[in-house]
Amino acid sequence: MKKTLIAAAVTLAAASVSTQAMARDSIYIVGSSTVFPFSTAVAETFGRTTSFATPKVESTGSGGGFKLFCAGVGVDHPDITNASRRMKGSEFDKCQEAGVKEITEVKVGFDGISVANSKTAGRYDLTLRELFLALAKDIPDGKGGFMPNPNQTWHDVNPDFPENKIEVLGPPPTSGTRDAFAELAMEGGCKTFPQIKALKKEDKSKYKAVCHGIREDGAYIEAGENDNLIVQKLASNPSALGIFGFSFLDQNTDKVQGSKIEGIEPTYDTISDGSYPISRSLYFYVKNAHVGTIPGIEEYVAEFTSEKAWGPEGYLADKGLIALPDAERASIAKTAQSLTPMSKPE
Amino acid sequence: MTDPSVNPDTSTPRRAIDVVNASLKRRYAKERRFRLLGATAVGLGLVFVLLLFADIVGKGYTAFQQTYYRLPVTLSADLVDPEGTRDPRTLARADYMTPIRQSLRQLFPEVKDRRERRQLNSIVSVGAPQLIAEAVIANPDLIGTTSDFWILADDDIDMLVKGYIDRNAPESDRRVDDRVIGWIDRLEDEGRVAKRFNTIFFTHGTSREPELAGIAGALMGSFYTLVLALALSFPIGVGAAIYLEEFAPRNRWTDLIEVNINNLAAVPSIVFGLLGLAVFIGFFGVPRSTPLVAALVLTLMTLPTIIISSRAALKSVPPSIREAALGVGASPLQTQFHHVLPLAMPGMLTGTILGMAQALGETAPLLMIGMIAFIVDVPGGFTDPATVLPVQIFLWADSPERGFVERTSAAIMVLLAFLFLMNLAAVLLRRRFERRW
Repeated sequence: MKKTLIAAAVTLAAASVSTQAMARDSIYIVGSSTVFPFSTAVAETFGRTTSFATPKVESTGSGGGFKLFCAGVGVDHPDITNASRRMKGSEFDKCQEAGVKEITEVKVGFDGISVANSKTAGRYDLTLRELFLALAKDIPDGKGGFMPNPNQTWHDVNPDFPENKIEVLGPPPTSGTRDAFAELAMEGGCKTFPQIKALKKEDKSKYKAVCHGIREDGAYIEAGENDNLIVQKLASNPSALGIFGFSFLDQNTDKVQGSKIEGIEPTYDTISDGSYPISRSLYFYVKNAHVGTIPGIEEYVAEFTSEKAWGPEGYLADKGLIALPDAERASIAKTAQSLTPMSKPE
Repeated sequence: MTDPSVNPDTSTPRRAIDVVNASLKRRYAKERRFRLLGATAVGLGLVFVLLLFADIVGKGYTAFQQTYYRLPVTLSADLVDPEGTRDPRTLARADYMTPIRQSLRQLFPEVKDRRERRQLNSIVSVGAPQLIAEAVIANPDLIGTTSDFWILADDDIDMLVKGYIDRNAPESDRRVDDRVIGWIDRLEDEGRVAKRFNTIFFTHGTSREPELAGIAGALMGSFYTLVLALALSFPIGVGAAIYLEEFAPRNRWTDLIEVNINNLAAVPSIVFGLLGLAVFIGFFGVPRSTPLVAALVLTLMTLPTIIISSRAALKSVPPSIREAALGVGASPLQTQFHHVLPLAMPGMLTGTILGMAQALGETAPLLMIGMIAFIVDVPGGFTDPATVLPVQIFLWADSPERGFVERTSAAIMVLLAFLFLMNLAAVLLRRRFERRW
């Protein structure tokens, strides 16, 4: 009995492996966990409204996605990768070496990062410089050198602020949101110091260490990758601030409020027109060699770049994606749907 | 022994009973303290488990019910089946959203503005037409008639009806505005809103819409993975245990193997995921995100557990059984398979079930082999892309929509139920077949 079971399992496994290697009838998508919620929403609608199978979407992170995407051409390799940043030149070269020659780049929208606190407390109005002073590991000591961040309360950062302890819940270093926050918010605030700006030319790695270094003395609390958890913790701790994606702010406006950054509140409109400073672009990349071999890729791209999906009134906006300006959307939709290959990014 | 009577050198001879009496009180107190500490530890553990369960059940029980509207829907033949073929494929593709919207429009004739109409349409789930399609395919006679259908509500409305949205909050802070609340209240007054048992949760795969998300896909993925993992790890584990325990010579090599097996049992599970990625996917080309590769990785992970418990079970079979068998002329192989193995089987099965329960709850190694994926279709075999229960919980916990909070807890409840059943089976097996010598 046991023997037959094993034999059956082995033959079954062997048989199905061989059929799998021959063809694949569903699109295979990998990449960023930030684009994942949007990509899956498109995949599901695509599966429901067309005769094609629902694509398989894997959340691997932007870097992991590029690695899989650039591994080669063939049914074992993904057709599309999502990214919360542009493809790097080095990644493009890797793709070329592996025979992935023509790649279509599609910019799909923006993602804002909000710094929010509980509704029961007052709304903060922060500048990037203040964010840097509150959260950086080392700050300028005023004598041309650096000192470990001495600021303990928001009052230390700006005398206009209350004597609240600095307590910020945010994502851990493995998270893409953290990278984007360091790049957009911390570096943005860091550049306002002439001393650090000068450092950029002299010593690039030191500059990066200073600007992207987030303090580890307990004022910044790594709250895990789960943004829902941060929202819950903020609701129960009115003195804390939290850093998370705009879509979570959008879903929880009854519990938390987004701080103004440089005087601008994080809303759909301010992120869309680019005035809210902490926002980044989201992309996906299509392997042109697979179009025609794997059914439905063109239709998936068309679905993603249709007004009912990525438009300001589309279903992705409901999920928290911030639409590109009208003109940009129209021109990108055209290059995307004609699968115009990209040139090497710098 | 410190009996003073056998020690004549002691200047003041004391009787043993005095010594005992002197320390008795202290020793009793010590014992009481220890018992109290033990009871406190168990009590604390129970309190935390209860808190955890209360939290999960408190958040999750509402997910087993789902909000529906009872709406009269007219399925005109020229919309649903214009050619009158009653072909299931045509029926599945037909547009059922329009009849639902027409029905809503009749119920709320005052809604004229285009924007308002869109808002009215949005109180119905995008998955509602699919449910009508299923009903029509099952009973094509519905075409051309008007009958009451249970129409699935959107997740925001579901949250409102379940009381997760604070109606007193300022309108701008709510996902549902006053106008929609007015409509829902009117529908409720007319008795058209009801919470019904959430069958979708058990029959559908995942979805980006909370109201359409189900665990059937993850459950089937877990099922295929565990079946295959069991089929692979049980024979290999038991075979290895029998060889090591009964046949292998005792030398440095077997010592080394034993140390390594014990060591493997303590290796963090993510390491097995990395190994699976490099060896099974990278070298052998097993397809990613399939129950097949998950089962291979989980087999590696549970093997040490099974081998160790199987060896313990073999060890507990008294040597007299083996000697008697050998004495009446059985070969060593016959001794093992006819006498020792049947007696050791309950212990082996217990170990295997516990190993499988551990595998069912495992997420970390599966992250490496592509199981964190959005897969709508319920897998139908070992090589279909699939995800498993704990990974589904992880993905839902990470979704921004409110509706996923309760669904996450509900999925945890389902996972806990299965773990409980498996552990119960292990306990019952042990009770039923255990032999004391």
